[in-house]
Amino acid sequence: MSSELTITAVTVLCLLGVALYGLLIVRNLFQVIIALQILVKGALIALVLAGKISGQINLGQSLAVTVIVADTIVAVVGLALAVQVKRYTGSLDVKNLSTLRR
Amino acid sequence: MFLNLFLLLAAVLCAFQAIRARQMLAAALWLACTSAIVAWLLYALGAQEVAVIELSVGAGLVTILFVFGITIAGEEIQEVGSLVPWAVAGGIALALIGLVAWFVLPAQEASTAVSEPSFSVMVWENRGLDMLVQIGLIFAGVLGILGILAEKETAEEQARASQKTPTSTPPLPQPQVITTDAHQDTPIKEAHA
Repeated sequence: MSSELTITAVTVLCLLGVALYGLLIVRNLFQVIIALQILVKGALIALVLAGKISGQINLGQSLAVTVIVADTIVAVVGLALAVQVKRYTGSLDVKNLSTLRR
Repeated sequence: MFLNLFLLLAAVLCAFQAIRARQMLAAALWLACTSAIVAWLLYALGAQEVAVIELSVGAGLVTILFVFGITIAGEEIQEVGSLVPWAVAGGIALALIGLVAWFVLPAQEASTAVSEPSFSVMVWENRGLDMLVQIGLIFAGVLGILGILAEKETAEEQARASQKTPTSTPPLPQPQVITTDAHQDTPIKEAHA
């Protein structure tokens, strides 16, 4: 790979690392969704980078569009669930999710 | 080269700040900055169409949704510790990233350029099934949100109904003092504490 593509691959790895670290340490539901968003952004760049490396960048772009749509739906539903958890339990802590059981 | 290095550092810094920010509104804004930098990176890679979509959806729509959700749910600053110690979490993340890098970084560019259709042909014809799946995903998301909001309305209605109907002990009748003033049309009720 050229140096620019290598730096982009390192960017992908760093974003994935930050997102994994965040998923492991955060307890706020909003921050969990933010970590998921960062994880998907890393995967998005990886798809386009793979298309660029293999000479099929339009294929990578079409797959990236699908990922963006799915990521947005995940964010919307996750935020709606977080708001409901806050209403039912009074907290956004992940540990309080077990109290949703009736 | 220097542009890519700058984008690398900026994206990682913004992503880390989005994770570490204590206020949720600041975290949402850091996430929007990350999306904008990712869009710039995609543009530099030659993926202009995806860069525009990422900039409008990732930095625009998702940020608005986050601000909306934070406004409804309210700010909550976590003072307690994390589920996993930060050293263990960092070690696990580094190990997984090192494993991915072991497989990804030796990749080589294709020696010969592959002839491929344009982006619109690729999206609407070659990947037409993906578009149908995206439409289904959008409808599923809308139906999911409607279901969640409908559940919230019924819960509120149940709470109101339980407040209106007495359960076990009927309230005691309040003592009333009726004045016989001829100038007043309606009697005055006084409730004792």
